[in-house]
Amino acid sequence: MLLDQGQSDRYPGNRTRGNGMNLGEMKCGESAVVTAVRGKGALRKRILDLGLTKGCRVTVVRSAPLGDPFELSLRGYRLTIRRAEAAIVEVAE
Amino acid sequence: MTTIALVGNPNSGKTTLFNKLTGSSQHVGNWPGVTIEKKVGKIRHNPDLQIVDLPGIYSLSPYSPEEVITRDYLMQECPDALINIIDASHFERNLYLTIQVLELGLPTVLVLNMMDDAAKNGLQIDTSRLSELTGCEVVETVALKNQGVSDIADAVRRAITRRSVRPVRYSAGFEQLLSDIGHAFGNSIPAEQARWYAVKTAENDPAVLEVLPATARPKVETLVAAYEKECKDDRLEITADERYAATEQFGKQVSFRGPALRRSASDRIDQVLTSRVWGLPVFLAVMFGVYYVSITALGGPLTDWVNDTFFGEWAIPGTQSFLESIGVDATVTSLLVDGILSGVGAVLGFLPEVAILFILLTVLEECGYMSRVAFILDRVFRRFGLSGKSFIPLIVSTGCGVPGIMSSRTIESDSERRITVMTTTFMPCSAKLPIIALISGALFGNSAAIALSAYVLGFVMVLLSGIILKKFRQFSGCSAPFVVEMPAYHWPLPSTILHTTGQRSWAFVRKAGTFILLACVAIWFFSSFDTSLKMVEDINDSMLAAFGNAVTAVFLPLGFGQDWEFTVATITGLLAKENVVGTFGTLFGLGENDNLGLWDQVGAMLTPVAGYAFLVFNLICAPCFAAIGAMRRELGSWRDTGKAVLYQCALAYGVGLIVYQFGRFVCYGQYGPGTVAAVLALSVLVYLVAAKDPLKPFRKTEGRPHLAQETVR
Repeated sequence: MLLDQGQSDRYPGNRTRGNGMNLGEMKCGESAVVTAVRGKGALRKRILDLGLTKGCRVTVVRSAPLGDPFELSLRGYRLTIRRAEAAIVEVAE
Repeated sequence: MTTIALVGNPNSGKTTLFNKLTGSSQHVGNWPGVTIEKKVGKIRHNPDLQIVDLPGIYSLSPYSPEEVITRDYLMQECPDALINIIDASHFERNLYLTIQVLELGLPTVLVLNMMDDAAKNGLQIDTSRLSELTGCEVVETVALKNQGVSDIADAVRRAITRRSVRPVRYSAGFEQLLSDIGHAFGNSIPAEQARWYAVKTAENDPAVLEVLPATARPKVETLVAAYEKECKDDRLEITADERYAATEQFGKQVSFRGPALRRSASDRIDQVLTSRVWGLPVFLAVMFGVYYVSITALGGPLTDWVNDTFFGEWAIPGTQSFLESIGVDATVTSLLVDGILSGVGAVLGFLPEVAILFILLTVLEECGYMSRVAFILDRVFRRFGLSGKSFIPLIVSTGCGVPGIMSSRTIESDSERRITVMTTTFMPCSAKLPIIALISGALFGNSAAIALSAYVLGFVMVLLSGIILKKFRQFSGCSAPFVVEMPAYHWPLPSTILHTTGQRSWAFVRKAGTFILLACVAIWFFSSFDTSLKMVEDINDSMLAAFGNAVTAVFLPLGFGQDWEFTVATITGLLAKENVVGTFGTLFGLGENDNLGLWDQVGAMLTPVAGYAFLVFNLICAPCFAAIGAMRRELGSWRDTGKAVLYQCALAYGVGLIVYQFGRFVCYGQYGPGTVAAVLALSVLVYLVAAKDPLKPFRKTEGRPHLAQETVR
């Protein structure tokens, strides 16, 4: 039902675009550069405010015991968000 | 009177600084979002400087409740000066807010907090250069250790006289856009605010667009649209990009990042505490430890001593014989001993247990572990329509539901926040602890399993309700992403722990001495007199008994309806949960010589199964009035609050029914009409949990359900 959809459906990120991928798919220790931020509204605004803007380098530091959320290192600080919400951020090597 | 607003990122130490500046003692904690309302105080030795502590924010745009509070305050109240507190260990990210704060054009003091952490991370900040570039006063502090705090008042005064704040410059193209927008405004915006309005217009901030004159709007829209085309980007991203580009450039001019001195201790601790293997087991062990120590190992025996020895053997018989020896009137003696001392004493006896629980929770809050718990549990909680951050309200609620409900405000998602508000009081609070102890003591030989089961039950009810409630449309919105910042661990300061625990325990005592005392007097009065105001010999002739007997049948199916005392206790529990035991204290007395003790009496009146059903109902049903008031504030309407309370009571009744009827059948082999009702209640519960859309069969037309709407507050 539409009422009971999971978070991942609510924030559809493009799974693959050319050679890029989205931030939500990155594994621990991987590093990439932000190429675009999709989505809309409050989510997008907050993601941008937190510094995930075009050209910013992001490294995945670790995942929670159950794989989600995950901790990122960017702009000299650490940030923890959910993978489903990170999926609006497109990255490339 | 000069008003100064304190702004900064979440968990940057605003409240710690506020407390040091004002000498007050607002609650601080080592997780982001402790402050959820603005607080006002005066700077010590500077009675003309009034300071306002605002909730932490990442940006000055109205996307979350905290941001709305802070922004509205800054825009509408126009403080005389600002203190922007910057967490130096997250320097660049904090500068993002600073850039926006400088655009407000108000006299500003930049406070670089946590300079010690920054130095450990290898970051050096050139404060004189920072001051030169921004035109602001800059003060370095370690607020936790009170370093540098005394310089702030003077810096504020200098900032107000200097009035020399210089905003940070953006790229040439963007600056051109801002100046074009400024021209479009004409004279409608005061000069010192023009830049702020221009940037917010470029960013498409709805609250700012509203106040623009109608004539300027189309012009501005054309300008911004043209710039969007030029950059091949949208306005939200353009402004964020510009700010971060400015931040980066500005950061390079005033700071230098050397190699970190050592891999931070927090990182090493987190490698164990948040690891895949150890994260969950350590969490469970910590929680078990907290409640084991406070209820079973240390708190329990102390509470027993206070209840049985201090009150039961000394205070109550002593007072009684003293009053009798000096010839005090029998009615007054009864009021003092049976009414007040027994009732209030029954509640105060739990102080040791409550105080130890408070100490341990404060330690967990202070050291920084709570944020890790949100990190570890988010995945689990999300399945139940909650957020990892729902755990903090649940834990705080084991102390008191009112701050528990309020601390749910840090949860970003509207739906997750509302479900947390509605369910967090299922956790046994310190006022429910006496009920648990009474039932486990009177009927189960003080078994620790009963206490444990009460917490497990509360937790299971939260999760179960999450599953049920998230299916209803009004809860299916979403507003902002889940963001956690895990602060560096630090040793909790003994002074803070003593202080916070003392404050919370004192609140418990004060409540017992005021509110509970009055309630006990009322219970004593209604239980000692009949309707013609004659003192009764037998309590069963009293007004209270008459009232209780009239409504007690409601609880017959739950096993505790045959004696009116339990019904009355349940109802008085709505005023405050301490009243449940306080009422028993007044009605049964606390171990008087000629009387069976309170616990023995309760034990004689209820079967263990009925006693457990009584416990279940009282744990889950509507919380006290104070907590209902807090729910009203968070849910925003009496209508939703009413629904929430109705839901809580219905769930309590259903679960109580299931527990009693099935328990009775299993333990004593008894059954009756109640058993059928319990089977029905269980089926409804299972249906609500299992069905994907529980209301579907009841809708008249098969309409397409609305899409989850995104609510921007």
